[in-house]
Amino acid sequence: MSDLSAFRQPVVQAARPELRAVAGISQNKLRIKELSFYYDRTRALKDLTFDIPERRITAIIGPSGCGKSTLLRVFNRMYDLVPRARAQGSVLFEGEDIVTTRRLLELRQRIGMVFQRPSPFPMSIRDNVAFAPRLLGWGSARVKEAVARSLQAAALWDEVKDRLGDSATSLSGGQLQRLSIARCLAVNPEVILMDEPCSALDPIATLKIEDLMVELARDYTIVIVTHNMQQAARVSDNTAFMLMNQAERCGELIEFAPTHELFNQPRDRRTEDYITGRFG
Amino acid sequence: MPARNVWRRATSSLARGAVYGLTAVALIPLGLVLWHTVVNGLPAATHVDFFVNVERPVGIPGAGVAHAIVGSAIMVGIASAVAVPLGVVSGVNLVEFGGGLARAVRLAADVLVGAPSIAIGLFAYVLFVAPFHHFSGMAGALALAILMLPVVIRTTEGAVALIPAGLRESGLALGLPRWRVALQLVLPAAAPGVITGALLAMARAAGETAPLLFTGFGNRFWTVDPTQPMSALPLIVFHDALTPYPSLQQQAWGAALVLVAAMLVINLASRWVVRRQQRFAGQL
Ligand SMILES: Nc1ncnc2c1ncn2[C@@H]1O[C@H](COP(=O)(O)OP(=O)(O)OP(=O)(O)O)[C@@H](O)[C@H]1O
Ligand SMILES: [Mg+2]
Repeated sequence: MSDLSAFRQPVVQAARPELRAVAGISQNKLRIKELSFYYDRTRALKDLTFDIPERRITAIIGPSGCGKSTLLRVFNRMYDLVPRARAQGSVLFEGEDIVTTRRLLELRQRIGMVFQRPSPFPMSIRDNVAFAPRLLGWGSARVKEAVARSLQAAALWDEVKDRLGDSATSLSGGQLQRLSIARCLAVNPEVILMDEPCSALDPIATLKIEDLMVELARDYTIVIVTHNMQQAARVSDNTAFMLMNQAERCGELIEFAPTHELFNQPRDRRTEDYITGRFG
Repeated sequence: MPARNVWRRATSSLARGAVYGLTAVALIPLGLVLWHTVVNGLPAATHVDFFVNVERPVGIPGAGVAHAIVGSAIMVGIASAVAVPLGVVSGVNLVEFGGGLARAVRLAADVLVGAPSIAIGLFAYVLFVAPFHHFSGMAGALALAILMLPVVIRTTEGAVALIPAGLRESGLALGLPRWRVALQLVLPAAAPGVITGALLAMARAAGETAPLLFTGFGNRFWTVDPTQPMSALPLIVFHDALTPYPSLQQQAWGAALVLVAAMLVINLASRWVVRRQQRFAGQL
């Protein structure tokens, strides 16, 4: 079995080679195997199998309702909040199965998430980033260092360094989304999940986030759900295309390949139809 | 101008007139009560004696209600110290964790909100007075706490339920435990509503007589000891207004005025807190 998945591992190509140090072959960070997902009795995902490589950007695309957000929420077990929702199969993360792990808090620290709509905490910009580190019991020096480091890594530092004490709600939409990213970086994650992070942003703010993602992919594994195919093509190294299986009304993986291959020579007819805008 | 337009305007001004008129009618009794309280209460409440001395026998000048002001403050203070933390935590729990226990608590709170306060007084008598064989400020405070608890629970629940799910999810996605997200992220975001609820519950407790009749009972002498019977402003109003002596009746009006003024202060305080909090809660 393991030989097979090694065989399927895509040839990785950097989206912006000039920004990447080395675009070599990378390890698989998340290994998804025969993953199915149920909301109570309705099946939302069916038998997904693919690997998400480390320190790369993986895009998940597909029409509305095909289960992209559901899949993302399996990776950090956010679905635990939905009563009677359950996953079947496995998602291996550094040898541990996410589906069955009991160390939820540690998992969510290591696999962070940025949501479509930023939710600023009702406190200052500084406290937004410092909130989780403080609750985790870090000392004040370490918290301070984490705030500066995270805001810098999220490309927000220069804009807010003189007003860290201001309320976070005074920031613009694009800044808020970068604040969400900073907040997530503060607890030292390894993987960052992003669910349509730019869907509420103008093109300039979107471009900033995209640059940031490419920058962050030097150190972090990024999985992004997007409806914007240009965005997927611009930033991602690999793309997964999902579709709702009309007969069974549940999401399936149609094709997973290096982004340029998927967009230029799709292997599946349905992928081609989707990316050329013939349906979806 | 077409006739339909004229007709429309006429109905509109008629409706507006009716709304203003009815609002005025509704405000009249309220205004009268306030006016009477101020006019009748001022003669007593403009003496320094009134605020520093305790009750005196009829006919002896210089009487005051200092013991009742302090008694009210102590009993409402203890009641709040018990009811507010307990009520806030159960209110948060209702929203964040739900389940069978939460449904039971919600039902109990609803029943308790509707319970006549005299019944709560009797209940407190059986629990906190009878076993100790004497009235006490503590028993009065606990009766008031029982009165406050359901109000605090339900207002907290309402305020917390209004917080968008995104805030909770963002906290949980950082790997923080559920209870910490509930108490340290969601609850502060709901603080304006929660604080207002607590202050209104306090105001209600401060104005109640019935729960104190056979718990705090009243006391004509100075005491700050909650194991002793204790006076309170509503008790002064209740007892003194029933006497035939004009000087005591005046004292009752004075005590009523102090109560109304305290309510005003509490209300203004809650508005101020809400405004201050909203600076940060902003566009949540
Ligand atoms: N909490 C829930 N309870 C029950 N069903 C749900 C729940 N959340 C999502 N679903 C269902 O699961 C399916 C997949 O939803 P999901 O949100 O993952 O789609 P998506 O691909 O992210 O769509 P979009 O692009 O519109 O965000 C949908 O049919 C949806 O109705
Ligand atoms: Mg979605």
